[in-house]
Amino acid sequence: MSDLGELYQSVILDHNRAPRNCRRMDDADRQAEGYNPLCGDRLSVWLKVGEDGVITDVSFVGIGCAISQASASLMTLSVKGKTRAEALRLFGRFHDMVAGDQPTEPAAGLGKLAVFSGVREFPSRVKCASLAWHALRSALAGETATTSS
Amino acid sequence: MPATQVRRGTALTPRYDVAAVRRDFPILSQQVRGKPLVYLDSAATSQKPQAVIDAVSRFYSAGNANIHRGVYQLSETATAAYEGARARIAGFLNAGSPREVIFTRGTTEAINLVAQSYLRPRLQPGDEILITAMEHHSNIVPWQLVAAQTGAVVRAAPITDAGELDLDAFDRMLGERTRLVSVAHISNALGTVHPVARIAALAHARGIPVLVDGAQSVAHLAADVRAFDCDFFACSGHKMFGPTGVGVLYGREALLEAMPPWQGGGDMIASVTLEGSTWAELPAKFEAGTPDIAGVVGLGAAVDYLSALDRGALAAHEAELLAVATDRIGAVPDVRLIGTAPRKASVVSFVMDGVHPHDVATVLDADGICVRAGHHCAQPLMRRLGVPATVRASFALYSTLDEVDALVASLARVRTVMGR
Repeated sequence: MSDLGELYQSVILDHNRAPRNCRRMDDADRQAEGYNPLCGDRLSVWLKVGEDGVITDVSFVGIGCAISQASASLMTLSVKGKTRAEALRLFGRFHDMVAGDQPTEPAAGLGKLAVFSGVREFPSRVKCASLAWHALRSALAGETATTSS
Repeated sequence: MPATQVRRGTALTPRYDVAAVRRDFPILSQQVRGKPLVYLDSAATSQKPQAVIDAVSRFYSAGNANIHRGVYQLSETATAAYEGARARIAGFLNAGSPREVIFTRGTTEAINLVAQSYLRPRLQPGDEILITAMEHHSNIVPWQLVAAQTGAVVRAAPITDAGELDLDAFDRMLGERTRLVSVAHISNALGTVHPVARIAALAHARGIPVLVDGAQSVAHLAADVRAFDCDFFACSGHKMFGPTGVGVLYGREALLEAMPPWQGGGDMIASVTLEGSTWAELPAKFEAGTPDIAGVVGLGAAVDYLSALDRGALAAHEAELLAVATDRIGAVPDVRLIGTAPRKASVVSFVMDGVHPHDVATVLDADGICVRAGHHCAQPLMRRLGVPATVRASFALYSTLDEVDALVASLARVRTVMGR
């Protein structure tokens, strides 16, 4: 149970039950899909990026497990108002936390995203946690193709 | 086609001794996450009895040599072990002759062999390959590849909401242009048992050959290629208590004789010159390169293990597991069973409202319970049934009613863990 508690922290369960920014965005200027061929989970991320490179709005819609839904939801809260470069750096730190060789300090600038630190004990779920981030990166790169995490 | 089970001994079938069977499988006695391992993923791969492990180990410790070439005794012994396994597997499948048994890497390779060697030279643009809407990707994609190469078309017969083949629709889809029918004997995702003998009769009435994908069936039902009257039958060692990396293609001898080789290399030739080559006789024609000799020896041991069991008592045991698991899993709040065909193997697929199958499987894993969560390599079927994925518990000859209870108890707390 303690392992499960590490994975399914209450913040994750809350965002799974009530994901934030979970909507289509018809006036988005970028959109990308994330697809995990192993489990068939799929989600779309929409973005509005200002001329100064700041992400002014972000949303997602998709099907997936609690980890992928909560990760997408918390991602939208984390990257809104950040520049493209800041968002990508955040993804780098997030990825290091869930899948890096070395455990990172939970508070290494990740804020609420630190609730996903338990994922590294569940290697099969790393892709669930990163799915939305891969889609975000594709959208930022202006790619329209589906990316597989 | 009901399985033709051999009942040994008197009319009183002895009670199936699952505890004794479990002692044959060393992996089952371990603990996972501090709990006894509950392995309910035998449709993905089955566990191996000690007899199979020993046969592989003995081959490498005392019998290893390449086959069909050495003039020394060790090679002759290895060849005898390899060909002896082929003969026993031919008997197990009730093939007409060992020449009809081709060793492959598994079911997938066997189907690809038929697609490329049998079917490809026969296909014209507009020809059709008929499958069903509930096939594993390995019984879809090889046909799509050969269709793309030739301009042929893959068609899928529809299924009912319960996960049963619509046999009338299937019959109507057999047409002038149908060149091959390929169906699973048992659906890996739902456990539905297809009436393969009936399917073969309908196809043969129009002169269409039939491949039966037996990957899921050999561990549960007696596989009798002559009773099925199929033209090809494919299965995998690792799903029938044998090693990974080895499988079988059964083909009618006349068809195999007429087919060109699929892969070229050593062991499949009669003579080679730089100008051209001639092919070996069956079955060597289709076994280019050094095969998985130890795997074949292990598969032979698996067939011996299965053959020594009372298949009637085993079938009764699995039928009881299926009935009890269906009732008890179906009674868990918010669980919906996916696939409720009247004829099923011991596979229970389900979803839980509001909880993704991966999360269900992770909670079960914390209790040492192994199930599959996902699309089961059957994405078109998932789409047809309107679910992105399911949880699948699949049972085998070593599964117990206690394990069903452990699964149900763990399922009952999924919603609490997930805060629902």
